[in-house]
Amino acid sequence: MAVSDRSPIVTTRFERGDAHTLEGYLATGGYAALRKALAMTPDEVIEQVKAANLQGRGGAGFPAGAKWSFLPKDVFPRYFVVNGDESEPGTCKDRPLMERDPHQLIEGLLISCYAVRASQAFIYVRGEMALAQERLAIALNGAYAAGYIGKDILGSGWSLDVVLHWGAGAYIVGEETALIESLEGQRGMPRLKPPYFPAAKGLYMQPTVVNNVETLSYIPWVLQHGGEAYAAIGTEKATGLRLFALSGHVRRPGVYEVEMGTTTFRDLVEAPVYGGGMRHGNKLKAFVPGGASAPWFYPEQLDLPLDSSVVGPAGSMLGSGAVVIMDETTCAVRAAWRLVRFFAHESCGKCTPCREGASWIEKIMRRIEKGTGREEDLDLLLDVGDNISPGPFPRPAVDGEEAVPFPYKQTTICPLGPSTVSPVHSSIFRFRDEYRIHIKEGGCPYG
Amino acid sequence: MSRLNPGNVELARTIISRYPRPRSALIPLLHVAQEQEGWVSPEAMAHIAELVDLAPAEVLGTASFYGMFKREPVGRYVVSVCTNISCLLLGGEELLEHCERTLGIKPGATTSDGMFTLEDVECIAACTDAPCLQVNYRYFLRISHDEVDALVDDLRAGRRTDEVPPHGTLTRIRQDIRPERWVGRGAEGLPPEIR
Ligand SMILES: Cc1cc2nc3c(=O)[nH]c(=O)nc-3n(C[C@H](O)[C@H](O)[C@H](O)COP(=O)(O)O)c2cc1C
Ligand code: SF4
Ligand code: FES
Repeated sequence: MAVSDRSPIVTTRFERGDAHTLEGYLATGGYAALRKALAMTPDEVIEQVKAANLQGRGGAGFPAGAKWSFLPKDVFPRYFVVNGDESEPGTCKDRPLMERDPHQLIEGLLISCYAVRASQAFIYVRGEMALAQERLAIALNGAYAAGYIGKDILGSGWSLDVVLHWGAGAYIVGEETALIESLEGQRGMPRLKPPYFPAAKGLYMQPTVVNNVETLSYIPWVLQHGGEAYAAIGTEKATGLRLFALSGHVRRPGVYEVEMGTTTFRDLVEAPVYGGGMRHGNKLKAFVPGGASAPWFYPEQLDLPLDSSVVGPAGSMLGSGAVVIMDETTCAVRAAWRLVRFFAHESCGKCTPCREGASWIEKIMRRIEKGTGREEDLDLLLDVGDNISPGPFPRPAVDGEEAVPFPYKQTTICPLGPSTVSPVHSSIFRFRDEYRIHIKEGGCPYG
Repeated sequence: MSRLNPGNVELARTIISRYPRPRSALIPLLHVAQEQEGWVSPEAMAHIAELVDLAPAEVLGTASFYGMFKREPVGRYVVSVCTNISCLLLGGEELLEHCERTLGIKPGATTSDGMFTLEDVECIAACTDAPCLQVNYRYFLRISHDEVDALVDDLRAGRRTDEVPPHGTLTRIRQDIRPERWVGRGAEGLPPEIR
């Protein structure tokens, strides 16, 4: 078992309890990285982040440094938006970062805004996270008053406003263009890409960077220790540490900061410092490797490393860093139906295949789970799914069949549509018999 | 039932001033209205429309998209039970059923004394602490059925109000920016001054 003894980076202040106060943060070396960055040129800062190969932690995994370089030169104003909307089922790693170390996020944001020469920054926090809002407000107030934010930051001549923004409950707003629409006071519906790539046409159609909370929380360390030091952690393609939310049927569910590339799913589940093994010593049935949108993996995939360049070709994604473990007592139909219900509920309604398809799939899955499904429902499900995401749908290699690599194809504006198909396809692919039993015996064999 | 009170109008103007365009303040202002009344009334939305220079229909169009905005009165305490995947695996549905029995209502309903509204909600980002619920968006993690009953008793008896403020109170600490620290250049087409 390869459990790294690498010391953590973004979770080091989690147990302090006072990191949201300026005193608590300064006492642990806070804002030293910002001072260091302000002594460099913005381009030098970008070079460090590029050298770090810091991959985005919101879901798509795009390297932050490269993303920043897409901003068109000399177009102002330009904006920086922090994506703190965390709502992908299974995912709960940004909330602790906002609640327990908000200054670390703010420092990372300030450094990033300096690097891209942003005119103003917004921290968009999911509305239901009252404590995160309060902790961020305390941290921002402290930082503004002490000269870390606002006019003439630390006497450097550089100035920036950071505004805390409240969401109000809508999963789709986590998608970056929907987040921008929402920040403009609109309904949170995604925009079509192209042409609306945020880097070119973002907030108020101006150049905009959207980064995830966790991505930005790593920035102070990268500046302090240098991009190369960060890139040296993990493996060449899967660099650094990353937070994984491990939930479901393990002995020790939790949010763990894990070395990428060298750690496997099996380590996550079994290592005493992580999952500690399966609950009650039960057998693993299936797991979601990267949030509700990800195609499922099965016990055969346990030894894959936490590395997108391996997980993608193997048929799924690391997505939002959420690993959900299902043991043998889990009804695959019920689990899939609950996920589908989520996507059907959260579809923004902008594209027909997603709006109509997701609710159809939900209705069919519900009747199967309740025992009134029909034999032809399985084909119908796959057919409706195919309208949203033309097959073959990504899935791992099982029983001699080759893997279908990620990503999925889509007939829709954003990936929420195909995400609906993930649990349907994953469960029918592997547990078709369970569907048959539901249909034949008129109900759920798991009770 | 009413327009924003004078204190909240002042707060609204401060919030609006922080955005390059007033409409961006819409969601925060709807939260302010909800904080005042516990829900967002048509009168409050019409008032917000005046403040950000929109038609009331546009305010309603945005408000109705977001699940947190209640357009009818709800209980003093909104109990939101997660039944999504991680919670489902560890007793989330049973937790919801227990809440239904304890409160005597189905999801979506409010108790006759106006104290509690029950909701069956999607993931609340506490999946590693399943099963879990929120009351007025304050977390109760790995909560047992007995703990639910004790919590309901306490809230009914007026205890633990420091832990759980009335519905609508999103945050008890607001962002506060002293005018002398505010830059206010977010709308300008000039590059920030960087040596
Ligand atoms: C349906 C959907 C929901 C998303 N939800 C979130 C979210 O809650 N938080 C987040 O950071 N990214 C989310 N994303 C990804 C964002 O679109 C975007 O890629 C990310 O915020 C970029 O930040 P990063 O490069 O730092 O990862 C979502 C994407 C989709 C398609
Ligand atoms: S795929 Fe679904 S959620 Fe995404 S834009 Fe289309 S309708 Fe909206
Ligand atoms: S699934 Fe219940 S909190 Fe995430």
